[in-house]
Amino acid sequence: MRRDNDISGSIDWTTVMLFFGLVAFGWLNIFAAVYDENAKQSIFDLSLNSGRQLLFIGASLIIAFAITIVDLRFYETFAYVFYAVILFVLILVPIIGKEVGGNKAWIGIGSFGVQPSEFAKFITALAIAKYIGSVGFRMDSLRSQAILFALIGLPMGLILLQKDTGTALVFTSFVLVFFREGMSPFLLIVGICAATLFVLTLLIPDPVYLYIAIAIILVLLILLEKRKKFGRIVLLTVGALMISGVIASVDYVVKDVLKPHQQNRIKALINPDADPLGFGWNVTQSKIAIGSGGFFGKGFLKGTQTKFDFVPEQSTDFIFCTIGEEHGWIGSVIVIAAFVTLLLRIVYLAERQKNRFTRAYGYSVACIFFFHFAVNIGMTVGLFPVIGIPLPFFSYGGSALWGFTILLFILLKLDAHRGQVLQRI
Amino acid sequence: MNEGRKEIFQIVFVLVGLVFLVKLFFVQVVNRRYAELANSNSILRQVEYPFRGLIYDRNGKLIVYNTPEYDLEVIVNDVKNFDSANFCKVFGLTREELRLRFKELKARKKEYSPVKPMLFIDKLSNEDLAKVQDHLDEFPGFFVQARTTRAYTSAGFANALGYVSEISKEAMKKDASGIYKQGDYIGQSGIESFYEDQLRGKRGLRFKLRDVKGIDRGPFDNGRYDTLSVPGQDLISSIDLDLQQYAEKLMNGKAGSIVAIEPSTGEILTLVSGPSYDPNLLTGKNYSSNFKTISSDTMKPLFNRPLMAQYRPGSIFKIVQALTALQEGVITPETRIPCIRKGFGGIMDCHGPHTNEDLRGAIANSCNPYFHSVLRRMLNQNKSTDTYQDTRIGLAEWDKHVNSFGFGNKLGIDLPNEKNGLIPTPKYYDGAYNNKPWKFSNIYSIAIGEGENLVVPLQMANFVATVANRGFYYTPHLIKSIGKEGKPLQQYLEKHYTTVDSSNFIIAVDAMQRVVESGTGQWFAKLPDVIVCGKTGTVQNEPFPDHSVFIAFAPRDNPKIAISVYVENAGQGARAGASIASLMIERYLFKQTRRQYLEDYVLAGKFLD
Repeated sequence: MRRDNDISGSIDWTTVMLFFGLVAFGWLNIFAAVYDENAKQSIFDLSLNSGRQLLFIGASLIIAFAITIVDLRFYETFAYVFYAVILFVLILVPIIGKEVGGNKAWIGIGSFGVQPSEFAKFITALAIAKYIGSVGFRMDSLRSQAILFALIGLPMGLILLQKDTGTALVFTSFVLVFFREGMSPFLLIVGICAATLFVLTLLIPDPVYLYIAIAIILVLLILLEKRKKFGRIVLLTVGALMISGVIASVDYVVKDVLKPHQQNRIKALINPDADPLGFGWNVTQSKIAIGSGGFFGKGFLKGTQTKFDFVPEQSTDFIFCTIGEEHGWIGSVIVIAAFVTLLLRIVYLAERQKNRFTRAYGYSVACIFFFHFAVNIGMTVGLFPVIGIPLPFFSYGGSALWGFTILLFILLKLDAHRGQVLQRI
Repeated sequence: MNEGRKEIFQIVFVLVGLVFLVKLFFVQVVNRRYAELANSNSILRQVEYPFRGLIYDRNGKLIVYNTPEYDLEVIVNDVKNFDSANFCKVFGLTREELRLRFKELKARKKEYSPVKPMLFIDKLSNEDLAKVQDHLDEFPGFFVQARTTRAYTSAGFANALGYVSEISKEAMKKDASGIYKQGDYIGQSGIESFYEDQLRGKRGLRFKLRDVKGIDRGPFDNGRYDTLSVPGQDLISSIDLDLQQYAEKLMNGKAGSIVAIEPSTGEILTLVSGPSYDPNLLTGKNYSSNFKTISSDTMKPLFNRPLMAQYRPGSIFKIVQALTALQEGVITPETRIPCIRKGFGGIMDCHGPHTNEDLRGAIANSCNPYFHSVLRRMLNQNKSTDTYQDTRIGLAEWDKHVNSFGFGNKLGIDLPNEKNGLIPTPKYYDGAYNNKPWKFSNIYSIAIGEGENLVVPLQMANFVATVANRGFYYTPHLIKSIGKEGKPLQQYLEKHYTTVDSSNFIIAVDAMQRVVESGTGQWFAKLPDVIVCGKTGTVQNEPFPDHSVFIAFAPRDNPKIAISVYVENAGQGARAGASIASLMIERYLFKQTRRQYLEDYVLAGKFLD
């Protein structure tokens, strides 16, 4: 068992270095985001986000170290227990939680709050991995798929109840893990098509144009159909009618089901200049901040946009603005390259596992990071609607940082011991 | 079966990264719009308001000036350790009032911001300020903001001066210059409005860094792009403040107007609209409540009568008829027409002690039937055998002359809202008679200034100045110099000649001299040591008392002052109008009032007894 605890030789130092690099750069940017020239504050000032973030980083290092010395079987063995506990806590949150920024997602512990939903991510990842890794699991069985979707659906639903749509959406990224583990791509393709249609419906103000486009495509397909089989024509027509139905329903969903602030976020994505001081404020300001950075950036602590608080939530969800403004395109390239490298490294780690549990867990980590990375940066540069989720290791906040740290270091711990576990491939 | 799926993940990850980099390259490097936007975002253009130009009278007396005003403002977030008892003591408020003020502050909702300066107590007096200043440091978050407002040395002349107030939303929309912003002050009427460009000066600009809350973070680039404000130009008015104040005193309690012009220049010496208001009421503290009171007054003090009140001119129009008829050659000064007393309808009835006057006598005695015939000769010159057509030709000719006196159109005084008046044209009567034919017998009442024609008091004054000049006028104006040693606007330096010969004007002058010496004006308008030329008018106003009109100029040779007086519902022109005009002439020429009894008579205002 001694060898069990000393993993310094076998842990993946590339990932650990990437982790340190991202956290350190993130911390500097949090300071830049809250920096006030006149106040002569120190980066260590505990009244600033940067000072507190340093405490969170310290705590996350302790957590990371603790994870590496705990017995590796602990995570797989207790995965379902954790899962049950987190479900229970998530049920409690709306009852005993405190409200922060319109979301009731926090539980107060002493003077600061903890966001249980951040921990639900790694716990759900463990539970899914355990189920996928269990003996006799077959992805093609409908029952297995149902159980998997239930595993992600339960925490997702509870988080939706907290009105934290962004975090809830993160759980959809597990579907990608199912795909890697053998689920038919049909569902993914349908999903992507639906999303494309959804966006098209939003971009084109009058659905009539879409109906006309579909009708034209239908006629072309029928004309191109060489054998002119009656059955095929009927099939194509039914398909076209169904798609039209989807469009109509999207129109309905956007206009009648989504709340006004959610509608506005989507509208802001389509045309942020329509109301630059209203619902488009975040995206417009974010783009202005990033765009004003130019190629080389304005320099560390020299940003006018972020420093003077034009961008809201800039040390949390919009932290990428600070990077873009102060470090320019070069800084953006470095950060994006670092993230892509991390993602590819995690895929590499996952693929080298001999154990299905670890591989599924590894892909869960990759997919969660990917979702955060893609959605967060996508929203700050105006490619995605504003969904309030943090940029891993960059955004200010203890719970998120700890959640991501745990997520990553459990994988590193499992990876370090990959030689010891040979069962159940 | 899962072959190749790893690669799909890898490809997607790299692809998303590349999409971001390309998008960021466009946002950050290719498109420079964002950098510009960032500048407008964080750099605040702060306007430094110049001092508005001052206005002096023709003798160098100050009329309008600027006075500093102090508001107490508060930044709610900066308020610390607020000692309300002490605050009440220093500012002389009760606790209840203090509470109310805080309540009002937060009730402003949209405007309210805890990080921006908010008005807390407006318009502290100078004494208040002195008292408060020593204590200000005891109340962090509160500070005094200075600004200037307009103040007036005298309580009169309000309608001509106009006032200054916040620019309206509609005016903002119309403003193409882009100079004004919401909340800016702008001249709203009178001279303040007409000479806005000259008075406002040039604003200074300061560029300051600020954050999203609008908090000042020091000058941008050490103030390299800042410009200083340039004060507005002072204006020298042609108004004689002493005469103006005297005229206002005479008009007190009456509705109507007095306009006095220096004929040789067109400079307006006096411009009175009665009733008026104190211009100090429409500045500063109680602007909105006072404005409401003034604008809802049934006597319409905001209605600038000299320019806007379109009256029938009455018998003073007989001078116009005489001039046009002489010019057309349809009468001579010696033409005698018997006064038939009655017979053309009630309006033309005549009562005076005259029977068969020549032109001068008819004017002196204001004989109505005489001018009935004069206009008939003017309009029906037998240029066409069709009497209807003949009248049309005659009227068109008449219009040409009358318009050349400045009637029927805006004169172009340097004040806004001037009215045209109305000189009926053939077209006008076509409309009035629904395109049915009309002839002299339908329209004869214009012969004595009754009927359809309308003039504003300014046009009457300009007309009498034209007679004083024997045939030309300068457009009346209120500002004789822009800047201390300047000139008036170019258009006020141009002579306007009428279509009537100077020799005919001399006949009119003779007649007007007789009006005052031995005619209708002899009782109230005569002055012992100066020849006054005038004409009375009594304008029918059934069922109310007649309006009293008098126009005059003096001295007869080298005239110094031309004046029109119009007093609503004051009866005969020979009384109210003539008395006021003669008192004004005396005041201007001799700088004193020598007939106290006449002044008392005017001040008493009982002209109908």
